[in-house]
Amino acid sequence: MKRHLANSYLVLVFIILYAPILFLIVYSFSQGDTMTNYHGFTWRHYQTLFSDARMLAIVANTLLVALLSSLIATFIGTLGALSINRTTKRVTRESLLTLNNVLMVSPDVIIGASFLIFFTMLKIPLGFGSVLMSHIAFEIPIVVLMVLPRLREMSTSMLDAAQDLGATTRQLLSRVIIPFISPGIFAGFFMALTYSLDDFAVTFFVTGNGFSTLSVEIYSRARQGINLEINALSGVMFLFSLLLVGGYYWIQQASQKRKHRKREVVS
Amino acid sequence: MTNRKTWLYFIPYGLWLALFVIAPVALIIYQSFFDLGHHFTVANYGTYFQSATYLKMTLNSVWYAFLITLFTVLISYPTAYFLHQLKHRQFWLLLVILPTWINILLKAYAFIGIFSQAGLANQFLTFIGIGPQQILFTNASFIFVATYIQIPFMILPIFNALDDLNPAFINASKDLGASAWQTFHRVIFPLTLPGVKAGVQAVFIPSLSLFMLTRLIGGNKVITLGTAIEEHFLTTMNWGMGSTIGVVLIVAMIIVMTLTGDQKPKGGTPR
Repeated sequence: MKRHLANSYLVLVFIILYAPILFLIVYSFSQGDTMTNYHGFTWRHYQTLFSDARMLAIVANTLLVALLSSLIATFIGTLGALSINRTTKRVTRESLLTLNNVLMVSPDVIIGASFLIFFTMLKIPLGFGSVLMSHIAFEIPIVVLMVLPRLREMSTSMLDAAQDLGATTRQLLSRVIIPFISPGIFAGFFMALTYSLDDFAVTFFVTGNGFSTLSVEIYSRARQGINLEINALSGVMFLFSLLLVGGYYWIQQASQKRKHRKREVVS
Repeated sequence: MTNRKTWLYFIPYGLWLALFVIAPVALIIYQSFFDLGHHFTVANYGTYFQSATYLKMTLNSVWYAFLITLFTVLISYPTAYFLHQLKHRQFWLLLVILPTWINILLKAYAFIGIFSQAGLANQFLTFIGIGPQQILFTNASFIFVATYIQIPFMILPIFNALDDLNPAFINASKDLGASAWQTFHRVIFPLTLPGVKAGVQAVFIPSLSLFMLTRLIGGNKVITLGTAIEEHFLTTMNWGMGSTIGVVLIVAMIIVMTLTGDQKPKGGTPR
């Protein structure tokens, strides 16, 4: 009886969580022009979407910013995690971590506004460059947080062994440390990618006039009212995020399996 | 490792810390002391603390963020609790997280359709005999949509806290004769409180600054701190006043963080 109640509660929550998304996608196939009555199946809105040159350019921009910023943020963040991990003093380490988390907890609006002041003072033109730099900036802390736990798990004896066997700093990094922490690096990269694709507020502040990402474009179109092309877009994006989540899940499962296998070998 | 060379690795990260963490915070504080004519002044703070409009707006914003957080906790705790008892819980948890991967603006846009005059919500209200209501651009719709968006961010930390909970405690409590309610009230809830606190942190602060929702769903009736900042920076171009409100928001954030931070004693007592 109790189990029943719990399950129906969960079903209700899941319905609420997914209803708006399904609603969007269902209407992306409707022949009408509003989200009120379903008028029969059509691919028309998808055709409009894929022939909308402006929208396609914006999608390309968004993906470019996301991929480029995540790559750079993963690189800098991993280096940052390595340096934080090497600190010996507790105070230094704690203050570095606190500084690292400032951008994680700051509201988007504050990040956006302060970056806008920053770029304006340095006379950096608003556009692709400023958006890219902002995205790198707010992605770095999550990469650090994803990589650090893996670094902590690494045993020092392994490093000592490598050094005793004559490995240079470079070899130590590329042959021992990086392979060991690579699951953390991947997770960090994925999180950075999501952060970038999901961001609206920061981009909105630093984007200027010429450059636009998907979120900003959706915002300006949504303010003008219903346009089923956006529904088609959300259908495509939902599929895309399903693939991303699937990929992420698969990587995690694979790394967990490897861990289990190793444990079995050890024991 | 040779110390001589490894500090080089710190340079990019250190530059990031200086340029994109320390400098922007310093700049927003600095900017808050300038008026429209670029004169150094504390007038912005004077205006803020003497103006009934600004103070009322701040109170309103905090009140709405509180309501959103409250509803989110009320919905998320049972969800996380029941979810944790399921067999393939990691998979179900993934399904909870999946909606957060959908762009927040698309979700807001979906609600514009659902809450519109002839939308799904009004069709339902007509069907059960209440008749169509104005739903979009009301305070209630703003709270509803904000709660909807924040739920996964609350479920996740609570779920993790439940996962960390040692089942031996629950068994011990039952063995000692506690009822199901007592076990929950005295053992499970206190031990998962850190998860709730983490969730409150993740929900309350963003709720103070959700400016796109106040525009798209709230119809500009609710003005949050975030809306005010956005308006000062991008519409009226009064960066000084915008920064002042920004500083207020930062202070609010610090207060929330200290209130919900874990007060574990700094001696390493086992938790």
